[in-house]
Amino acid sequence: MDKVKKAELENHAREIRARIIKMITLAGSGHPGGSLSLVEILVYLFFEKIKRTRQNALDENRDRFVLSKGHGVPALYAIFAQIGLLKDKDLENFRKLGSKLQGHPDRIKLPYVEASTGSLGQGLSVAVGMAIAAKLKKKDYRIYCVLGDGEIQQGQVWEALMSAPKFNLDNLYVFLDYNKIQLDDWVDKIMPIEPLGSKIESFNWKVYQINGHNFDEIHDVFNKIDQGDQKPKFIIAHTIKGKGVSFMENEVKWHGIAPNREESKKALKELYT
Amino acid sequence: MKATRQSFGEALIELGARYDNLVVLDADLLKSVNTHGFAQRFPQRFIQMGIAESNMLGVAAGLALSGFIPFACSFASFLSGRYETIRISVAYSKANVKIVGTHCGVGIGEDGHTQMGLEDISIMRNLPGITVIQPVDDIETRQAVEFAIHHDHAVYLRLTRQPVEQVNKDDYRFEWGKGVVLKEGSDILLLATGALVYNVLQAARELEKENIHARVVNIHTIKPIDRALLLKQIKKTKRIMTFEDHSIIGGLGSAVAEVISEQESVGLKRIGINDTFGESGSMEELYRKFGFDKESIKQSIKRFLRRD
Ligand SMILES: Cc1ncc(C[n+]2csc(CCOP(=O)(O)OP(=O)(O)O)c2C)c(N)n1
Repeated sequence: MDKVKKAELENHAREIRARIIKMITLAGSGHPGGSLSLVEILVYLFFEKIKRTRQNALDENRDRFVLSKGHGVPALYAIFAQIGLLKDKDLENFRKLGSKLQGHPDRIKLPYVEASTGSLGQGLSVAVGMAIAAKLKKKDYRIYCVLGDGEIQQGQVWEALMSAPKFNLDNLYVFLDYNKIQLDDWVDKIMPIEPLGSKIESFNWKVYQINGHNFDEIHDVFNKIDQGDQKPKFIIAHTIKGKGVSFMENEVKWHGIAPNREESKKALKELYT
Repeated sequence: MKATRQSFGEALIELGARYDNLVVLDADLLKSVNTHGFAQRFPQRFIQMGIAESNMLGVAAGLALSGFIPFACSFASFLSGRYETIRISVAYSKANVKIVGTHCGVGIGEDGHTQMGLEDISIMRNLPGITVIQPVDDIETRQAVEFAIHHDHAVYLRLTRQPVEQVNKDDYRFEWGKGVVLKEGSDILLLATGALVYNVLQAARELEKENIHARVVNIHTIKPIDRALLLKQIKKTKRIMTFEDHSIIGGLGSAVAEVISEQESVGLKRIGINDTFGESGSMEELYRKFGFDKESIKQSIKRFLRRD
Protein backbone atom coordinates (compact mmCIF):
# COMPACT_ATOMS: atom_id res chain seq x y z
CA MET A 1 0.00 0.00 0.00
CA ASP A 2 1.47 3.35 -0.89
CA LYS A 3 2.78 5.55 1.84
CA VAL A 4 0.61 8.58 1.23
CA LYS A 5 -2.53 6.50 1.27
CA LYS A 6 -1.43 4.75 4.42
CA ALA A 7 -0.71 8.04 6.19
CA GLU A 8 -4.13 9.26 5.18
CA LEU A 9 -5.85 6.21 6.64
CA GLU A 10 -3.80 6.46 9.81
CA ASN A 11 -4.91 10.02 10.16
CA HIS A 12 -8.54 8.96 9.80
CA ALA A 13 -7.99 6.27 12.43
CA ARG A 14 -6.66 8.80 14.92
CA GLU A 15 -9.59 11.14 14.34
CA ILE A 16 -12.05 8.28 14.73
CA ARG A 17 -10.45 7.22 18.02
CA ALA A 18 -10.61 10.75 19.35
CA ARG A 19 -14.27 11.01 18.43
CA ILE A 20 -15.01 7.68 20.12
CA ILE A 21 -13.42 8.88 23.35
CA LYS A 22 -15.16 12.24 23.27
CA MET A 23 -18.54 10.76 22.44
CA ILE A 24 -18.48 8.16 25.20
CA THR A 25 -17.11 10.62 27.74
CA LEU A 26 -19.88 13.08 27.00
CA ALA A 27 -22.58 10.41 27.10
CA GLY A 28 -21.22 9.10 30.39
CA SER A 29 -21.75 5.53 29.22
CA GLY A 30 -20.89 3.28 26.29
CA HIS A 31 -18.34 0.73 25.17
CA PRO A 32 -14.84 2.11 24.53
CA GLY A 33 -12.81 -1.13 24.40
CA GLY A 34 -14.64 -2.84 21.58
CA SER A 35 -15.08 0.41 19.66
CA LEU A 36 -11.35 1.17 19.65
CA SER A 37 -10.43 -2.33 18.47
CA LEU A 38 -12.63 -1.87 15.39
CA VAL A 39 -11.13 1.33 14.09
CA GLU A 40 -8.66 0.21 11.38
CA ILE A 41 -11.09 -2.37 10.02
CA LEU A 42 -13.84 0.23 9.68
CA VAL A 43 -11.55 2.92 8.29
CA TYR A 44 -10.24 0.60 5.61
CA LEU A 45 -13.68 -0.69 4.69
CA PHE A 46 -15.40 2.68 4.54
CA PHE A 47 -12.61 4.64 2.83
CA GLU A 48 -11.10 2.01 0.57
CA LYS A 49 -13.85 -0.47 -0.18
CA ILE A 50 -17.34 0.78 0.52
CA LYS A 51 -16.27 4.32 -0.38
CA ARG A 52 -19.29 5.75 1.34
CA THR A 53 -20.02 9.41 0.66
CA ARG A 54 -22.98 11.66 1.30
CA GLN A 55 -23.97 11.24 -2.32
CA ASN A 56 -24.05 7.45 -2.43
CA ALA A 57 -25.03 6.77 1.17
CA LEU A 58 -28.45 5.39 0.36
CA ASP A 59 -27.77 4.29 -3.20
CA GLU A 60 -29.55 1.09 -4.13
CA ASN A 61 -26.31 -0.47 -5.36
CA ARG A 62 -24.15 0.52 -2.40
CA ASP A 63 -22.07 -2.01 -0.53
CA ARG A 64 -23.77 -2.91 2.73
CA PHE A 65 -22.14 -2.88 6.12
CA VAL A 66 -23.60 -4.68 9.13
CA LEU A 67 -22.10 -4.07 12.55
CA SER A 68 -23.21 -7.26 14.23
CA LYS A 69 -21.45 -6.35 17.49
CA GLY A 70 -23.75 -3.36 17.89
CA HIS A 71 -22.21 -2.06 21.10
CA GLY A 72 -19.18 -0.98 19.02
CA VAL A 73 -21.38 1.64 17.39
CA PRO A 74 -19.39 4.69 18.55
CA ALA A 75 -16.77 3.65 15.99
CA LEU A 76 -19.42 3.59 13.29
CA TYR A 77 -20.89 6.97 14.25
CA ALA A 78 -17.36 8.40 14.27
CA ILE A 79 -16.81 7.07 10.75
CA PHE A 80 -20.10 8.61 9.64
CA ALA A 81 -18.94 11.93 11.04
CA GLN A 82 -15.57 11.60 9.32
CA ILE A 83 -17.32 10.99 6.00
CA GLY A 84 -19.69 13.88 6.57
CA LEU A 85 -22.87 11.88 7.07
CA LEU A 86 -23.10 13.22 10.60
CA LYS A 87 -22.01 16.46 12.19
CA ASP A 88 -19.88 16.64 15.30
CA LYS A 89 -22.91 18.22 16.96
CA ASP A 90 -24.83 14.99 16.31
CA LEU A 91 -22.16 13.02 18.12
CA GLU A 92 -22.76 15.12 21.20
CA ASN A 93 -26.26 13.65 21.43
CA PHE A 94 -25.07 10.05 21.51
CA ARG A 95 -27.28 8.11 23.98
CA LYS A 96 -29.41 11.16 24.78
CA LEU A 97 -33.20 11.25 24.75
CA GLY A 98 -34.56 11.80 21.25
CA SER A 99 -31.22 11.28 19.52
CA LYS A 100 -30.80 9.40 16.26
CA LEU A 101 -27.56 8.12 17.76
CA GLN A 102 -29.01 5.42 19.98
CA GLY A 103 -26.86 3.43 22.41
CA HIS A 104 -26.98 0.58 19.90
CA PRO A 105 -27.48 0.93 16.12
CA ASP A 106 -31.04 1.79 15.12
CA ARG A 107 -31.70 1.76 11.37
CA ILE A 108 -35.03 3.53 11.68
CA LYS A 109 -33.67 6.50 13.60
CA LEU A 110 -30.47 6.62 11.53
CA PRO A 111 -30.90 5.23 8.01
CA TYR A 112 -27.13 4.98 7.35
CA VAL A 113 -27.18 2.07 9.75
CA GLU A 114 -27.99 -0.98 7.65
CA ALA A 115 -29.26 -3.23 10.43
CA SER A 116 -30.47 -2.66 13.97
CA THR A 117 -28.19 -4.64 16.25
CA GLY A 118 -27.21 -4.79 19.89
CA SER A 119 -28.57 -8.19 20.73
CA LEU A 120 -25.47 -10.18 19.87
CA GLY A 121 -25.56 -12.98 17.32
CA GLN A 122 -28.12 -11.68 14.84
CA GLY A 123 -26.17 -9.50 12.44
CA LEU A 124 -24.52 -12.19 10.36
CA SER A 125 -27.89 -13.76 9.52
CA VAL A 126 -29.15 -10.39 8.30
CA ALA A 127 -25.96 -10.01 6.24
CA VAL A 128 -26.52 -13.45 4.70
CA GLY A 129 -30.02 -12.34 3.73
CA MET A 130 -28.63 -9.20 2.13
CA ALA A 131 -26.05 -11.26 0.24
CA ILE A 132 -28.70 -13.65 -1.06
CA ALA A 133 -30.78 -10.62 -2.09
CA ALA A 134 -27.87 -9.19 -4.08
CA LYS A 135 -27.55 -12.51 -5.90
CA LEU A 136 -31.27 -12.69 -6.61
CA LYS A 137 -31.22 -9.14 -7.95
CA LYS A 138 -28.08 -9.93 -9.97
CA LYS A 139 -26.28 -6.99 -8.42
CA ASP A 140 -22.60 -7.01 -7.68
CA TYR A 141 -22.51 -5.01 -4.49
CA ARG A 142 -20.85 -6.57 -1.49
CA ILE A 143 -21.95 -7.21 2.05
CA TYR A 144 -19.51 -6.59 4.87
CA CYS A 145 -20.17 -7.72 8.41
CA VAL A 146 -18.17 -7.39 11.62
CA LEU A 147 -18.56 -9.86 14.47
CA GLY A 148 -17.20 -9.82 18.01
CA ASP A 149 -15.18 -12.76 19.29
CA GLY A 150 -17.46 -13.21 22.30
CA GLU A 151 -20.42 -12.77 20.03
CA ILE A 152 -19.61 -15.89 18.02
CA GLN A 153 -20.41 -18.00 21.06
CA GLN A 154 -23.99 -17.39 20.05
CA GLY A 155 -25.51 -20.39 18.26
CA GLN A 156 -27.21 -18.31 15.59
CA VAL A 157 -23.80 -17.21 14.31
CA TRP A 158 -22.99 -20.82 13.46
CA GLU A 159 -26.31 -21.30 11.75
CA ALA A 160 -25.48 -18.28 9.61
CA LEU A 161 -21.96 -19.61 8.98
CA MET A 162 -23.45 -22.90 7.85
CA SER A 163 -25.88 -21.23 5.48
CA ALA A 164 -23.65 -18.81 3.55
CA PRO A 165 -21.58 -21.40 1.60
CA LYS A 166 -24.74 -23.21 0.56
CA PHE A 167 -25.77 -20.14 -1.41
CA ASN A 168 -22.25 -19.51 -2.79
CA LEU A 169 -22.13 -16.09 -1.21
CA ASP A 170 -18.80 -14.91 -2.56
CA ASN A 171 -20.17 -11.39 -2.05
CA LEU A 172 -20.10 -11.77 1.72
CA TYR A 173 -17.07 -10.54 3.70
CA VAL A 174 -17.00 -11.15 7.41
CA PHE A 175 -14.44 -9.64 9.77
CA LEU A 176 -13.96 -11.01 13.24
CA ASP A 177 -12.76 -8.35 15.66
CA TYR A 178 -10.60 -10.84 17.54
CA ASN A 179 -9.60 -8.77 20.55
CA LYS A 180 -9.65 -11.85 22.85
CA ILE A 181 -11.77 -10.16 25.51
CA GLN A 182 -15.53 -10.13 26.04
CA LEU A 183 -17.65 -8.48 28.73
CA ASP A 184 -16.65 -10.10 31.99
CA ASP A 185 -13.31 -11.65 31.13
CA TRP A 186 -11.00 -13.07 28.45
CA VAL A 187 -12.82 -15.14 25.85
CA ASP A 188 -10.66 -18.15 26.68
CA LYS A 189 -11.93 -18.15 30.23
CA ILE A 190 -15.60 -17.43 29.53
CA MET A 191 -16.06 -19.92 26.67
CA PRO A 192 -13.16 -20.93 24.43
CA ILE A 193 -13.74 -20.51 20.69
CA GLU A 194 -10.45 -21.98 19.43
CA PRO A 195 -9.42 -23.62 17.19
CA LEU A 196 -11.18 -21.03 15.15
CA GLY A 197 -9.66 -20.89 11.66
CA SER A 198 -10.06 -24.59 11.04
CA LYS A 199 -13.56 -24.58 12.49
CA ILE A 200 -14.75 -21.96 10.06
CA GLU A 201 -12.81 -23.47 7.17
CA SER A 202 -14.58 -26.74 7.84
CA PHE A 203 -17.83 -24.82 7.41
CA ASN A 204 -16.63 -24.15 3.86
CA TRP A 205 -15.52 -20.56 4.15
CA LYS A 206 -12.31 -19.06 2.84
CA VAL A 207 -10.47 -18.00 5.99
CA TYR A 208 -7.72 -15.39 6.35
CA GLN A 209 -5.80 -14.25 9.41
CA ILE A 210 -4.42 -10.73 9.72
CA ASN A 211 -3.36 -8.10 12.20
CA GLY A 212 -6.50 -5.97 12.33
CA HIS A 213 -4.59 -2.78 13.17
CA ASN A 214 -2.19 -2.98 10.26
CA PHE A 215 -3.43 -1.27 7.10
CA ASP A 216 -0.85 -3.07 4.94
CA GLU A 217 -2.17 -6.41 6.07
CA ILE A 218 -5.81 -5.43 5.56
CA HIS A 219 -4.88 -4.12 2.13
CA ASP A 220 -2.98 -7.29 1.22
CA VAL A 221 -5.75 -9.56 2.31
CA PHE A 222 -8.08 -7.82 -0.11
CA ASN A 223 -5.52 -8.24 -2.88
CA LYS A 224 -5.57 -11.94 -2.19
CA ILE A 225 -9.35 -12.09 -1.87
CA ASP A 226 -9.92 -10.15 -5.05
CA GLN A 227 -8.22 -12.86 -7.07
CA GLY A 228 -11.59 -14.53 -6.99
CA ASP A 229 -13.05 -17.32 -4.98
CA GLN A 230 -16.57 -18.70 -4.90
CA LYS A 231 -16.64 -18.99 -1.14
CA PRO A 232 -17.76 -16.44 1.43
CA LYS A 233 -14.78 -14.87 3.15
CA PHE A 234 -13.99 -14.83 6.84
CA ILE A 235 -11.16 -12.59 7.94
CA ILE A 236 -9.92 -13.22 11.45
CA ALA A 237 -8.54 -9.82 12.41
CA HIS A 238 -6.33 -10.06 15.48
CA THR A 239 -6.89 -6.87 17.42
CA ILE A 240 -6.35 -5.29 20.82
CA LYS A 241 -9.30 -4.26 22.91
CA GLY A 242 -8.95 -0.58 23.77
CA LYS A 243 -6.30 -0.12 21.06
CA GLY A 244 -4.66 3.29 21.00
CA VAL A 245 -5.29 4.25 24.62
CA SER A 246 -2.56 2.69 26.74
CA PHE A 247 -4.56 2.32 29.93
CA MET A 248 -7.49 0.74 28.10
CA GLU A 249 -5.51 -1.74 26.06
CA ASN A 250 -6.18 -5.35 27.02
CA GLU A 251 -8.11 -4.29 30.10
CA VAL A 252 -11.36 -6.16 30.66
CA LYS A 253 -12.83 -3.33 32.73
CA TRP A 254 -12.90 -0.94 29.76
CA HIS A 255 -15.51 -3.01 27.96
CA GLY A 256 -18.51 -0.99 29.01
CA ILE A 257 -17.64 2.03 31.09
CA ALA A 258 -17.06 5.64 30.14
CA PRO A 259 -13.82 7.43 30.93
CA ASN A 260 -14.12 10.39 33.27
CA ARG A 261 -12.86 13.82 32.20
CA GLU A 262 -9.35 13.20 33.46
CA GLU A 263 -9.05 9.84 31.76
CA SER A 264 -10.55 11.27 28.63
CA LYS A 265 -8.01 14.07 28.50
CA LYS A 266 -5.21 11.61 29.03
CA ALA A 267 -6.52 9.39 26.25
CA LEU A 268 -6.82 12.27 23.79
CA LYS A 269 -3.36 13.49 24.62
CA GLU A 270 -1.93 10.06 23.89
CA LEU A 271 -3.72 9.90 20.57
CA TYR A 272 -2.25 13.19 19.43
CA THR A 273 1.34 12.60 20.48
CA MET B 1 -31.83 2.47 47.76
CA LYS B 2 -30.71 -0.72 46.14
CA ALA B 3 -31.24 -2.31 42.73
CA THR B 4 -33.21 -5.53 42.98
CA ARG B 5 -30.50 -7.22 40.88
CA GLN B 6 -28.10 -6.45 43.71
CA SER B 7 -30.42 -7.83 46.36
CA PHE B 8 -30.72 -10.93 44.20
CA GLY B 9 -26.94 -11.38 44.07
CA GLU B 10 -26.66 -11.06 47.83
CA ALA B 11 -29.51 -13.48 48.41
CA LEU B 12 -27.90 -16.03 46.12
CA ILE B 13 -24.74 -16.11 48.22
CA GLU B 14 -26.74 -16.57 51.41
CA LEU B 15 -28.96 -19.26 49.93
CA GLY B 16 -26.09 -20.95 48.15
CA ALA B 17 -24.67 -21.80 51.53
CA ARG B 18 -27.94 -23.38 52.64
CA TYR B 19 -28.92 -25.25 49.49
CA ASP B 20 -26.16 -27.30 48.01
CA ASN B 21 -28.19 -28.23 44.94
CA LEU B 22 -28.48 -24.58 43.93
CA VAL B 23 -26.46 -23.87 40.78
CA VAL B 24 -26.08 -20.62 38.88
CA LEU B 25 -25.69 -20.22 35.12
CA ASP B 26 -24.52 -17.03 33.45
CA ALA B 27 -24.09 -15.78 29.88
CA ASP B 28 -21.17 -13.32 30.15
CA LEU B 29 -23.05 -10.84 32.30
CA LEU B 30 -22.06 -11.90 35.78
CA LYS B 31 -21.22 -8.45 37.03
CA SER B 32 -24.32 -6.94 35.48
CA VAL B 33 -26.76 -9.50 36.84
CA ASN B 34 -24.77 -9.74 40.06
CA THR B 35 -23.87 -13.40 40.14
CA HIS B 36 -20.15 -12.70 40.58
CA GLY B 37 -20.41 -12.98 44.36
CA PHE B 38 -21.89 -16.45 44.07
CA ALA B 39 -19.28 -17.34 41.44
CA GLN B 40 -16.48 -16.43 43.81
CA ARG B 41 -17.96 -18.18 46.78
CA PHE B 42 -19.11 -21.34 45.03
CA PRO B 43 -16.98 -21.73 41.90
CA GLN B 44 -17.97 -25.39 41.58
CA ARG B 45 -21.62 -24.50 41.31
CA PHE B 46 -21.19 -21.55 39.01
CA ILE B 47 -21.51 -22.43 35.33
CA GLN B 48 -20.30 -19.86 32.81
CA MET B 49 -21.98 -20.51 29.45
CA GLY B 50 -20.70 -17.59 27.39
CA ILE B 51 -22.85 -15.39 25.18
CA ALA B 52 -25.20 -18.22 24.30
CA GLU B 53 -28.51 -17.84 26.11
CA SER B 54 -30.42 -20.58 24.29
CA ASN B 55 -27.83 -23.13 25.23
CA MET B 56 -27.73 -21.80 28.77
CA LEU B 57 -31.47 -22.28 29.17
CA GLY B 58 -31.37 -25.78 27.70
CA VAL B 59 -28.45 -26.74 29.93
CA ALA B 60 -30.35 -25.33 32.92
CA ALA B 61 -33.28 -27.57 31.99
CA GLY B 62 -30.96 -30.59 31.91
CA LEU B 63 -29.60 -29.72 35.33
CA ALA B 64 -33.11 -29.26 36.69
CA LEU B 65 -34.21 -32.61 35.29
CA SER B 66 -31.25 -34.12 37.14
CA GLY B 67 -32.20 -32.75 40.54
CA PHE B 68 -30.44 -29.40 40.70
CA ILE B 69 -32.08 -26.03 41.19
CA PRO B 70 -30.57 -23.91 38.42
CA PHE B 71 -30.79 -20.13 38.26
CA ALA B 72 -30.29 -19.10 34.63
CA CYS B 73 -29.51 -15.39 34.54
CA SER B 74 -29.13 -12.67 31.93
CA PHE B 75 -30.90 -9.53 30.78
CA ALA B 76 -34.67 -9.93 30.54
CA SER B 77 -34.55 -9.03 26.83
CA PHE B 78 -32.07 -11.76 25.90
CA LEU B 79 -33.83 -14.45 27.94
CA SER B 80 -37.29 -13.69 26.66
CA GLY B 81 -35.73 -13.68 23.18
CA ARG B 82 -35.10 -17.41 23.66
CA TYR B 83 -38.79 -18.08 23.91
CA GLU B 84 -38.98 -21.40 22.16
CA THR B 85 -36.26 -22.98 24.26
CA ILE B 86 -38.12 -21.86 27.37
CA ARG B 87 -41.40 -23.02 25.88
CA ILE B 88 -40.27 -26.59 25.29
CA SER B 89 -37.17 -27.38 27.37
CA VAL B 90 -38.40 -25.54 30.46
CA ALA B 91 -42.19 -25.10 30.47
CA TYR B 92 -43.40 -28.13 28.53
CA SER B 93 -40.78 -30.36 30.17
CA LYS B 94 -41.78 -29.04 33.58
CA ALA B 95 -38.13 -28.40 34.32
CA ASN B 96 -37.62 -26.64 37.61
CA VAL B 97 -35.58 -23.75 36.21
CA LYS B 98 -35.41 -20.31 37.82
CA ILE B 99 -35.10 -17.80 35.01
CA VAL B 100 -33.79 -14.46 36.24
CA GLY B 101 -34.09 -11.48 33.91
CA THR B 102 -32.48 -8.22 34.99
CA HIS B 103 -32.40 -4.82 33.27
CA CYS B 104 -36.14 -4.67 32.82
CA GLY B 105 -37.96 -1.70 31.38
CA VAL B 106 -36.92 1.65 29.99
CA GLY B 107 -35.54 2.25 33.49
CA ILE B 108 -32.16 0.96 32.29
CA GLY B 109 -31.64 4.23 30.42
CA GLU B 110 -28.92 5.00 27.89
CA ASP B 111 -28.26 1.54 26.43
CA GLY B 112 -31.55 1.81 24.60
CA HIS B 113 -34.14 -0.56 23.22
CA THR B 114 -32.06 -3.65 22.44
CA GLN B 115 -31.05 -4.07 26.07
CA MET B 116 -34.47 -3.31 27.59
CA GLY B 117 -36.81 -6.07 28.70
CA LEU B 118 -40.13 -4.64 27.57
CA GLU B 119 -42.13 -7.73 26.63
CA ASP B 120 -40.71 -10.32 29.01
CA ILE B 121 -43.71 -10.47 31.37
CA SER B 122 -45.98 -11.00 28.41
CA ILE B 123 -43.77 -13.70 26.95
CA MET B 124 -43.26 -15.63 30.17
CA ARG B 125 -46.83 -15.21 31.34
CA ASN B 126 -48.31 -17.15 28.47
CA LEU B 127 -46.33 -20.29 29.27
CA PRO B 128 -48.21 -22.82 31.42
CA GLY B 129 -46.56 -23.57 34.74
CA ILE B 130 -44.22 -20.59 34.90
CA THR B 131 -44.92 -18.12 37.67
CA VAL B 132 -43.92 -14.52 37.01
CA ILE B 133 -42.65 -12.44 39.91
CA GLN B 134 -41.39 -8.89 39.96
CA PRO B 135 -40.25 -7.94 43.46
CA VAL B 136 -40.51 -4.31 44.45
CA ASP B 137 -37.59 -3.76 46.79
CA ASP B 138 -34.66 -5.32 48.59
CA ILE B 139 -36.57 -7.16 51.27
CA GLU B 140 -39.14 -8.56 48.86
CA THR B 141 -36.47 -9.65 46.40
CA ARG B 142 -34.61 -11.68 49.01
CA GLN B 143 -37.76 -13.47 50.02
CA ALA B 144 -38.85 -14.01 46.44
CA VAL B 145 -35.52 -15.69 45.68
CA GLU B 146 -35.98 -18.01 48.63
CA PHE B 147 -39.57 -18.66 47.57
CA ALA B 148 -38.29 -19.59 44.11
CA ILE B 149 -36.06 -22.24 45.61
CA HIS B 150 -38.92 -23.80 47.55
CA HIS B 151 -41.35 -23.53 44.66
CA ASP B 152 -41.04 -26.80 42.80
CA HIS B 153 -41.78 -25.32 39.37
CA ALA B 154 -40.26 -22.90 36.92
CA VAL B 155 -40.13 -19.28 38.02
CA TYR B 156 -39.45 -16.08 36.11
CA LEU B 157 -37.98 -13.34 38.28
CA ARG B 158 -37.88 -9.81 36.84
CA LEU B 159 -35.32 -7.44 38.31
CA THR B 160 -34.24 -3.83 37.93
CA ARG B 161 -30.93 -2.37 36.91
CA GLN B 162 -31.62 0.89 38.72
CA PRO B 163 -31.77 1.28 42.49
CA VAL B 164 -35.25 1.30 44.00
CA GLU B 165 -36.59 2.67 47.26
CA GLN B 166 -37.74 0.41 50.05
CA VAL B 167 -41.52 0.12 49.94
CA ASN B 168 -42.17 -2.68 52.42
CA LYS B 169 -41.76 -2.63 56.17
CA ASP B 170 -38.88 -4.47 57.81
CA ASP B 171 -41.13 -7.26 59.09
CA TYR B 172 -42.63 -7.86 55.64
CA ARG B 173 -43.54 -11.45 54.69
CA PHE B 174 -43.74 -12.32 50.99
CA GLU B 175 -46.85 -14.26 50.04
CA TRP B 176 -46.83 -15.71 46.56
CA GLY B 177 -49.77 -14.61 44.42
CA LYS B 178 -51.02 -12.03 46.90
CA GLY B 179 -51.16 -8.32 46.21
CA VAL B 180 -49.78 -6.12 48.96
CA VAL B 181 -51.93 -3.18 50.01
CA LEU B 182 -49.67 -0.20 50.62
CA LYS B 183 -52.25 2.52 51.02
CA GLU B 184 -55.99 2.57 51.58
CA GLY B 185 -58.46 4.68 49.64
CA SER B 186 -61.83 4.24 48.00
CA ASP B 187 -61.87 6.45 44.89
CA ILE B 188 -59.71 4.34 42.69
CA LEU B 189 -57.53 1.25 42.76
CA LEU B 190 -53.94 1.66 41.61
CA LEU B 191 -52.14 -1.58 40.83
CA ALA B 192 -48.43 -1.27 40.21
CA THR B 193 -45.47 -3.57 39.82
CA GLY B 194 -41.71 -3.23 40.15
CA ALA B 195 -39.94 0.10 40.05
CA LEU B 196 -43.17 2.02 39.46
CA VAL B 197 -44.75 1.03 42.76
CA TYR B 198 -42.84 3.64 44.72
CA ASN B 199 -43.70 6.43 42.26
CA VAL B 200 -47.37 5.46 42.26
CA LEU B 201 -47.42 5.40 46.04
CA GLN B 202 -45.86 8.85 46.24
CA ALA B 203 -48.31 10.19 43.66
CA ALA B 204 -51.25 8.72 45.54
CA ARG B 205 -50.09 10.25 48.82
CA GLU B 206 -49.87 13.68 47.24
CA LEU B 207 -53.29 13.32 45.65
CA GLU B 208 -54.80 13.04 49.11
CA LYS B 209 -54.35 16.80 49.32
CA GLU B 210 -56.48 17.14 46.21
CA ASN B 211 -59.15 15.00 47.79
CA ILE B 212 -58.42 11.94 45.69
CA HIS B 213 -58.20 8.83 47.81
CA ALA B 214 -56.51 6.00 46.03
CA ARG B 215 -55.88 2.48 47.17
CA VAL B 216 -52.40 1.35 46.15
CA VAL B 217 -51.49 -2.29 45.75
CA ASN B 218 -48.12 -3.77 44.88
CA ILE B 219 -48.57 -6.68 42.50
CA HIS B 220 -45.33 -8.63 42.79
CA THR B 221 -46.81 -11.84 41.41
CA ILE B 222 -48.14 -11.13 37.95
CA LYS B 223 -48.83 -14.77 37.34
CA PRO B 224 -50.87 -16.12 38.97
CA ILE B 225 -52.58 -12.77 39.35
CA ASP B 226 -54.42 -12.10 42.62
CA ARG B 227 -57.95 -12.83 41.35
CA ALA B 228 -59.52 -12.75 44.77
CA LEU B 229 -58.24 -9.25 45.44
CA LEU B 230 -59.45 -7.99 42.07
CA LEU B 231 -62.90 -9.53 42.31
CA LYS B 232 -63.42 -8.23 45.80
CA GLN B 233 -62.13 -4.83 44.84
CA ILE B 234 -64.32 -4.23 41.83
CA LYS B 235 -67.34 -4.50 44.08
CA LYS B 236 -66.04 -1.38 45.82
CA THR B 237 -64.60 0.80 43.09
CA LYS B 238 -65.23 0.68 39.40
CA ARG B 239 -62.06 2.44 38.55
CA ILE B 240 -58.75 0.67 38.22
CA MET B 241 -55.39 1.74 36.85
CA THR B 242 -52.31 -0.39 36.30
CA PHE B 243 -48.70 0.77 36.14
CA GLU B 244 -45.72 -1.13 34.79
CA ASP B 245 -42.38 -0.42 33.13
CA HIS B 246 -43.31 -2.92 30.43
CA SER B 247 -45.52 -3.11 27.37
CA ILE B 248 -49.21 -2.70 28.18
CA ILE B 249 -49.77 -5.61 25.82
CA GLY B 250 -49.54 -8.80 27.80
CA GLY B 251 -48.21 -7.35 31.03
CA LEU B 252 -49.80 -6.52 34.37
CA GLY B 253 -52.50 -4.41 32.73
CA SER B 254 -53.52 -7.30 30.51
CA ALA B 255 -53.49 -9.77 33.39
CA VAL B 256 -55.84 -7.48 35.30
CA ALA B 257 -58.04 -6.91 32.25
CA GLU B 258 -58.39 -10.64 31.71
CA VAL B 259 -59.88 -11.03 35.16
CA ILE B 260 -62.12 -7.99 35.42
CA SER B 261 -63.47 -8.00 31.88
CA GLU B 262 -65.21 -11.23 32.75
CA GLN B 263 -67.07 -9.29 35.43
CA GLU B 264 -69.51 -6.42 35.35
CA SER B 265 -68.43 -3.17 33.76
CA VAL B 266 -65.43 -1.52 35.30
CA GLY B 267 -63.27 1.29 34.01
CA LEU B 268 -59.71 0.19 33.50
CA LYS B 269 -56.75 2.28 32.39
CA ARG B 270 -53.40 0.66 31.72
CA ILE B 271 -50.23 2.71 32.03
CA GLY B 272 -47.11 1.23 30.49
CA ILE B 273 -45.17 1.16 27.25
CA ASN B 274 -47.92 1.69 24.71
CA ASP B 275 -47.09 -0.51 21.73
CA THR B 276 -43.82 1.23 20.95
CA PHE B 277 -40.08 0.71 21.30
CA GLY B 278 -37.72 1.81 24.01
CA GLU B 279 -34.87 4.24 23.36
CA SER B 280 -31.77 5.83 24.82
CA GLY B 281 -31.90 8.57 27.42
CA SER B 282 -31.45 8.97 31.13
CA MET B 283 -33.77 7.01 33.37
CA GLU B 284 -35.39 10.20 34.65
CA GLU B 285 -36.05 11.56 31.16
CA LEU B 286 -37.41 8.25 29.97
CA TYR B 287 -39.69 7.93 32.99
CA ARG B 288 -41.07 11.39 32.23
CA LYS B 289 -41.49 10.60 28.58
CA PHE B 290 -43.36 7.36 29.24
CA GLY B 291 -45.40 8.84 32.08
CA PHE B 292 -43.78 6.83 34.86
CA ASP B 293 -42.62 9.64 37.15
CA LYS B 294 -44.66 10.84 40.09
CA GLU B 295 -46.02 13.97 38.38
CA SER B 296 -47.11 12.17 35.23
CA ILE B 297 -48.73 9.49 37.34
CA LYS B 298 -50.68 12.11 39.24
CA GLN B 299 -51.81 13.68 35.96
CA SER B 300 -52.92 10.38 34.49
CA ILE B 301 -54.88 9.48 37.60
CA LYS B 302 -56.62 12.84 37.57
CA ARG B 303 -57.36 12.58 33.86
CA PHE B 304 -58.82 9.13 34.35
CA LEU B 305 -61.02 10.38 37.18
CA ARG B 306 -61.88 13.44 35.10
CA ARG B 307 -60.52 15.59 37.86
CA ASP B 308 -57.90 17.42 35.86
C1 LIG C 1 -27.67 -11.66 23.09
C2 LIG C 1 -26.82 -10.79 23.95
N1 LIG C 1 -26.36 -11.28 25.12
C3 LIG C 1 -25.62 -10.49 25.94
C4 LIG C 1 -25.32 -9.20 25.59
C5 LIG C 1 -24.56 -8.29 26.54
N2 LIG C 1 -23.24 -7.98 26.01
C6 LIG C 1 -22.97 -6.80 25.39
S1 LIG C 1 -21.41 -6.71 24.81
C7 LIG C 1 -21.03 -8.24 25.41
C8 LIG C 1 -19.67 -8.82 25.21
C9 LIG C 1 -19.33 -8.89 23.76
O1 LIG C 1 -18.07 -9.42 23.58
P1 LIG C 1 -17.37 -9.38 22.15
O2 LIG C 1 -18.28 -9.93 21.13
O3 LIG C 1 -16.06 -10.05 22.29
O4 LIG C 1 -17.23 -7.84 21.87
P2 LIG C 1 -15.97 -6.89 22.12
O5 LIG C 1 -15.06 -7.54 23.09
O6 LIG C 1 -15.33 -6.74 20.80
O7 LIG C 1 -16.52 -5.60 22.63
C10 LIG C 1 -22.14 -8.80 26.05
C11 LIG C 1 -22.16 -10.12 26.70
C12 LIG C 1 -25.83 -8.74 24.35
N3 LIG C 1 -25.62 -7.47 23.94
N4 LIG C 1 -26.55 -9.55 23.56
